[in-house]
Amino acid sequence: MSTPVIRVTDVSKKFVIRKDKSLKERLVNAGRSKAHAEEFWALRDIDLEVDPGHTLGLIGGNGSGKSTLLKIIGGILTPTSGYVERRGRLAALLELGAGFHGDLTGRENVYLNASILGLTRAQTDQYFDSIVDFSGIEQFIDTQVKFYSSGMYVRLAFAVAIHVDPEILLVDEVLAVGDEPFQRKCLDRIKQFQNEGRTIILVTHSLEQVRQMCDRVVLLNSGQMVVDGTPGEAVRHFREANTEQQNADRSRRDHQVSIANVRTFGADGAQHSVYPVGAPIGIEYEVSTDASVEDWATGIGISDNSGLLVYGTNTVVQKLKLDPISGKRTVRFRFDELPLADGQYFVDIAVHPEIGADYHRVDRAVSFQISNDARDAGVVSLNPKIEVE
Amino acid sequence: MGPMTAASTRPVPPAGARVPAGVEPDAPLQRINAPRSFWRGFGDTAREIWQYRELLGNLIRKELKVKYKDSVLGFVWSLLMPLVQLGVYWLVIGKFLGAGSIPTYGVYIFCGLATWTLFSEILSTSTTSVVFNSGLVKKVYFPRELFPLAATGAAIVNFGFQLVILILADVLAGITTGKWPHLTNLPLPIIGFVVLVVWASALGMLLAAANVYLRDIEHLIGVVLMLWFWVTPIIYNAGRVGKTFPRPLYDLYLMNPVASVVFSFQRFFWPQGAGTQFEFSGNVYGRLAVLLVVGAAFFWFAQRVFARAQGNFAQEL
Repeated sequence: MSTPVIRVTDVSKKFVIRKDKSLKERLVNAGRSKAHAEEFWALRDIDLEVDPGHTLGLIGGNGSGKSTLLKIIGGILTPTSGYVERRGRLAALLELGAGFHGDLTGRENVYLNASILGLTRAQTDQYFDSIVDFSGIEQFIDTQVKFYSSGMYVRLAFAVAIHVDPEILLVDEVLAVGDEPFQRKCLDRIKQFQNEGRTIILVTHSLEQVRQMCDRVVLLNSGQMVVDGTPGEAVRHFREANTEQQNADRSRRDHQVSIANVRTFGADGAQHSVYPVGAPIGIEYEVSTDASVEDWATGIGISDNSGLLVYGTNTVVQKLKLDPISGKRTVRFRFDELPLADGQYFVDIAVHPEIGADYHRVDRAVSFQISNDARDAGVVSLNPKIEVE
Repeated sequence: MGPMTAASTRPVPPAGARVPAGVEPDAPLQRINAPRSFWRGFGDTAREIWQYRELLGNLIRKELKVKYKDSVLGFVWSLLMPLVQLGVYWLVIGKFLGAGSIPTYGVYIFCGLATWTLFSEILSTSTTSVVFNSGLVKKVYFPRELFPLAATGAAIVNFGFQLVILILADVLAGITTGKWPHLTNLPLPIIGFVVLVVWASALGMLLAAANVYLRDIEHLIGVVLMLWFWVTPIIYNAGRVGKTFPRPLYDLYLMNPVASVVFSFQRFFWPQGAGTQFEFSGNVYGRLAVLLVVGAAFFWFAQRVFARAQGNFAQEL
């Protein structure tokens, strides 16, 4: 079983954006066609192998090429160079209800959409009740879909799509549909797919979803593969890249305020990498400016390994008025007791005006470990007394 | 230890022993959208389309259902148009302008009109088929040839209804005039029909692909079809053209594939004037044979051009 189900070899995709579409415009602009055609590389030299049974997440900002890659794997776009190989039946959930026609009834659309996704009529007959049941809109199945609410529409479309029984499932941002119970139903179904050993490739903006569902994540940036690794790794890279971007934006402002020399310290004032549960902990950092800044405040956030914010505060909400800063200041947040559960924690630090955007922000500026000999899970160490009678 | 593992709810990739439902463990990797040379690859596409024949049927059904959904008269509309045309031409050209010298002029016109309606409907609906279905083209993979072919299929079903009218008209003419079609000529309209479908769907495929890149095509085709209607012997007889035009120009006129198909229909379905001065006297069988061979080659060519173009459909739409 070591042969991959999908192999992407050296795939690049170039788009040419032409700004004129009609014959007249083309004739008029014939001499200046260069000016009216713009090319850009949506994907560059992508190599990827996906082994059976894995769930691969594709993440990246808008325009990073993740949907293009998904479409190339699905055979909808052809790459400019390189090629894609795959085996097994594939279903692509790129847009729910792409084949739905408003004038046809729900029933007619189920049959049409199922055959578009590759089911035979006999198979559709067999699954029909189950499809309608999953969608939960029995009473409207013989109504034209143009009268459906958008929720009903996607419910029916999703119900058809998941009955296609593919070995490879491509999913593009379609899981955020319907009301909450329906979303849970969809996610359960995806989990079931995973348990059955099917391969899933998922494009999403929800980093939470990536963390929950994927066992491997590829981070794309401007058409290039930046990270190919565990969800934690890729998500961290993605967040860091976003922070850098924000910092770059920020540095264009008048004030140069920056955070440096971040550390944690224990009761003895020295930095440790591991602290016992409930021990005193402090967080210390320096804020420096190149000019005098009157309106400033600073705050910290502590989050756990999965990005969950455990605690956050700043000098504004603590009703602390700070003197104007010029040059360098040292900031300390002390906790006499930090009752966090066993695990790794990260500290985000920001310097900002009392109202408005951050001057400087460092996500995951420092990390520390809380050790309790693995006696608890979660984020708060509640230290229970256990009685068994 | 149950809740202790809460941090690792992430699915673990299944062990190698678990074989995904339905996957052949050793199925070879297949290259997707492998580039095929222009000269080869028709067979592969044809095979693929055959695999998707059920979808083709469903798409045709959709076209037909959608067209007249919510209208009271439904399919009657697709008959009404040629019938009204028939009435107008019969009255204006047959009676007012005096082309009535052609016997049973109504049946004569309808032979041509039914054929022409099939041809123009295939062309105009195929042309817009890919653009109209852009939602599907961008989101789902199946052979894109299915779009123009579904348009062709829907037009053929409509033609079936007109054929019924034509046969009824024949029976009516037979009862009133006592002249009936010669069954020996029956192969003619059948071959003619095949020739027409091959040519129209080939042209339709080319135009559908071209329209993706240049939306002017769908407007242009309306003008071209109007001209084409008048250079086809539908409401007049070709003999008149032969008398008006010099020979080389008349030969060129006769090269119009639709003309030969119209001749084939007229020779069978229009018994009244067969063998008279009004009928095309040339070898219709020979013409159809040549058209069929050339048409098949043209169809192959059109599919190859379409296959070339379709790789970029999703990004152009």
